[in-house]
Amino acid sequence: MAEVFHVVVCAGIVPDPLQTLEPVIGPNGPGLKNEMVLPAVLDPWAASSLYEAAQVVAKHPGSKLWLVSLGPKAKLQQVMMTIAQKVSFELMPVDGPIGGFPDAHATAATLTETIAALPGLDRGRLLLFGGWESATRGAGVTLQLIGELLGITDQFQGVDQIEMRADGSFEVLERIEGGKHQISVCAGVPAVLGWATGNLAEPRNNPQTGMANMRGIMPALQKAKTVKLEGNTLHYTSVNLPAQQRETRVEKNLSADAIAQELVQWITAE
Amino acid sequence: MEKVLVLTHVDEGGVSLTKASLEAVTAGVELAARLQSPLTVGILGRDAEAAAQAVGGTGARVLTVSGEAFAQARYASDAAACEALCRAAAASIVLAPDSSRFARVAAGVAHRLGGLLDTHITSIVGTATVEATRWFYRQRMEAVLSREARPWFLLLDAGTHSAFAGEAKAVATESVEVVLPELRTVVEGFREPERDAQTIRPDAKLLFVAGAGWTKKQPDGQMHVSDAAERIKDFLRLTGASLGSSKSLVDQSGENQQVLPFLTHMNQIGQTGSTPRHAKGLSTCCHGEEPHVVGWRFIGERRAISLDANCGWARGKADVVYVADAFQVMSKINALLTEKQG
Repeated sequence: MAEVFHVVVCAGIVPDPLQTLEPVIGPNGPGLKNEMVLPAVLDPWAASSLYEAAQVVAKHPGSKLWLVSLGPKAKLQQVMMTIAQKVSFELMPVDGPIGGFPDAHATAATLTETIAALPGLDRGRLLLFGGWESATRGAGVTLQLIGELLGITDQFQGVDQIEMRADGSFEVLERIEGGKHQISVCAGVPAVLGWATGNLAEPRNNPQTGMANMRGIMPALQKAKTVKLEGNTLHYTSVNLPAQQRETRVEKNLSADAIAQELVQWITAE
Repeated sequence: MEKVLVLTHVDEGGVSLTKASLEAVTAGVELAARLQSPLTVGILGRDAEAAAQAVGGTGARVLTVSGEAFAQARYASDAAACEALCRAAAASIVLAPDSSRFARVAAGVAHRLGGLLDTHITSIVGTATVEATRWFYRQRMEAVLSREARPWFLLLDAGTHSAFAGEAKAVATESVEVVLPELRTVVEGFREPERDAQTIRPDAKLLFVAGAGWTKKQPDGQMHVSDAAERIKDFLRLTGASLGSSKSLVDQSGENQQVLPFLTHMNQIGQTGSTPRHAKGLSTCCHGEEPHVVGWRFIGERRAISLDANCGWARGKADVVYVADAFQVMSKINALLTEKQG
């Protein structure tokens, strides 16, 4: 019998990378200027993991896919309008703060509680997916902590590929230093996989998938639990944009020969 | 009083500490001296004792975890080993390199010890207290932070400290016992590009960034992707540079457009790629924030070749922008480099 997986994807929302970001210090610590009006997208590496998860589910009939996402309800709704058109999933939203400055340990505790309470989840079939780092905090900590809190000791980070085998084991390619991949074989689920880019292109929008997903997403958003994340004694002394601005010399009238001479001199200089 | 532990691991050869580990040792020596705290170095590997003499010059207490199970970088065994080292050292501050091996397990280990963790630390500052700096929003803003909770784990980004180069000398080591859980994962090996196709070179002085312009229509109305690939490969061969790419160029492979055959997502720099550290960077045919702002954050000297004299992304970020056709310039550079190398 083919293996059945329960895949849970943890994915936050982040400001659209094309936006200009400016830090501000508020009563609850640092945040982003006009954070709530910045357009948001699903965290890019976590989005890769969602598409990979959908592929695993599609190849293994009877498998199920949940998307667990922490963020302000209104922003989640905005992002889901697009993401819901990509792949089929069941959303489990948590209404909470957005951004990179809340403590990863508090985020992990909240998400673990949410995952543990997912109705119908069989932890013996669990594949916990997410991005290996977020585009906000970029710590690579949250998913690992959730795995640890759920008692999962087969964890992989910087994953670019998973290949399921007939005996329930699977092969994982993880990014390591120097542009290499480490090849590991795990005996089977449960396991945690923090994804890098993976190998799949972003799926095209499918309005029918979107309509089907939204029937579950809207009620889930209405029922989303509101949480406040504890700081865990984390203090920010300062948060600043890098002030460094270079005096750029723009060379418009040099010939290709002259540019090449200058660049070779520069490249070979000690 | 704080107690400082530096966690390290051996390299693929199995008998020497990795460069990133030696950088963490430097950070540990500096921090322990500043806080007037005792320093312990923990070493993990198949034969950790063999690597210990490299830290003999620190005067630190040295703890080791050795054995066949620790020759492989895997969560279950590495987490158990790091947990045992931390418990034996009873440290309040734990420094470790932000290597793929330790980044995989450090959060879990911190949790097991009731501690907290911060990663991608670029410096440790503060006088009376310990403060750490790290970047947020993919290297767009830098914060200084501290925690009261202990133990506090800090993973240090590679290249932020010099590698410890104290005199290698024999040192007494203390072996730490590890109770291993069931090991369900086996590391079967590594996959890397063919030797002459390896384009990611973290130790290279120069980062060469290829932008999407290489695969666009040229003045003759045609695309010249294979020419572009040849020029870039020649340049990498002649200079030993590392290759970075903009997101748009890498993404083209998923959009069934012509692409440079040797580029993968591993080459990508910027928001969803890496932010490598190199002394010099040369960007070509790039336009946009990703390569010029985020991807170049830790590049020393920066130059760019672009057809757009008004490229707002390069201005203020590059030291020199050459307004020129990169196809022509790169071909001449390659010719000059070939001549120079005889």
